[in-house]
Amino acid sequence: MAATYEPIATTTLASATDIITFSSIPSTYTDLVLIGNPKLSGSLDYKWYVNGDGSSGLYSQTRLVGNGSSASSGRTTGANVLYINANTPASGSVQTFIMNFQNYANTNVYKTVLVRYNDAGSETAARVALWRNTNAITSISISTDSSTFAVGSMFTLYGIKAA
Amino acid sequence: MFNPILGILASSGAVAGGSYESIATTTVGSGGTSSITFTDGGAWASYKHLQVRALVKSANSGSSFDVVNMTINSNNLTKNHYLYANGSSALAGVGGTNSVINVPTSGYTSVFAGAVIDILEFSSTTKNKTIRTLSGVDTNGAGELVLYSNLYAVNTNAITSLTFSISGVNIAQYSHFALYGIKD
Repeated sequence: MAATYEPIATTTLASATDIITFSSIPSTYTDLVLIGNPKLSGSLDYKWYVNGDGSSGLYSQTRLVGNGSSASSGRTTGANVLYINANTPASGSVQTFIMNFQNYANTNVYKTVLVRYNDAGSETAARVALWRNTNAITSISISTDSSTFAVGSMFTLYGIKAA
Repeated sequence: MFNPILGILASSGAVAGGSYESIATTTVGSGGTSSITFTDGGAWASYKHLQVRALVKSANSGSSFDVVNMTINSNNLTKNHYLYANGSSALAGVGGTNSVINVPTSGYTSVFAGAVIDILEFSSTTKNKTIRTLSGVDTNGAGELVLYSNLYAVNTNAITSLTFSISGVNIAQYSHFALYGIKD
């Protein structure tokens, strides 16, 4: 019998890279959870997009960010990609983030993604993102604006299957 | 199974998966439904915690936001605190005791709210129950993100049912609620 919550793929970097892509994601799960634990080789921002779509302008998000002294909210609309961080992390720092892709293969709905992001040096944040496309998500990419994810950075994609 | 009266596609029965298992799922069919209830028929006994993962929309007209309420064992919850963000401001407050998910209305075509609800030690008979939720919706121009913390202190009975509804209006078609059990 199929597992309910199982790893689809995992990557622990043996060499630095500026992009991680999980591709050929099967449509057999209900939700996807992507857990990232990147270490940065430079001070950099990083972003995500799905299905190779990094130019359609179909992404948007609402965010809640705490930076150690205050909480704030912001919004991104009509974007080609969405950033996971709000404040640029320091070089060599390590972050954790968890992304929930709800009903990622449901072709009746736009895709809603819930994100929790933590960088002990700069911020803790939550985000809700929208990809205004009803296509099933078949790939997820995480990429940097500059520099690279360092050796040892870890990314794991899980599938959750409802009864 | 399709129930044309309730307009719900539902399934139940655990899918084996180690310490995290699927208990039951409801997908709302054409016409929507006034409420969704998960009831313990004995299947919850082997779990320590429950998690509900949802994708939800209100059938209300217009382009605004409604709130999904949750009741436990047919009782209202006791307390609710939240952190809220709407794209321009962030605030904390005390809200409607049953509020767990802020959802878009039907004017936001194809847009649904996402939510992950954790119900810890649901079967304890010595503790009040705490529920935490990460929920949010973005519409490309509007949106609400809320972290809820709810308390159920009506009694310390084990939780045996969860009901979700939106005041005065149906939960819309394609909304999806999935209940999972987590073992210790």
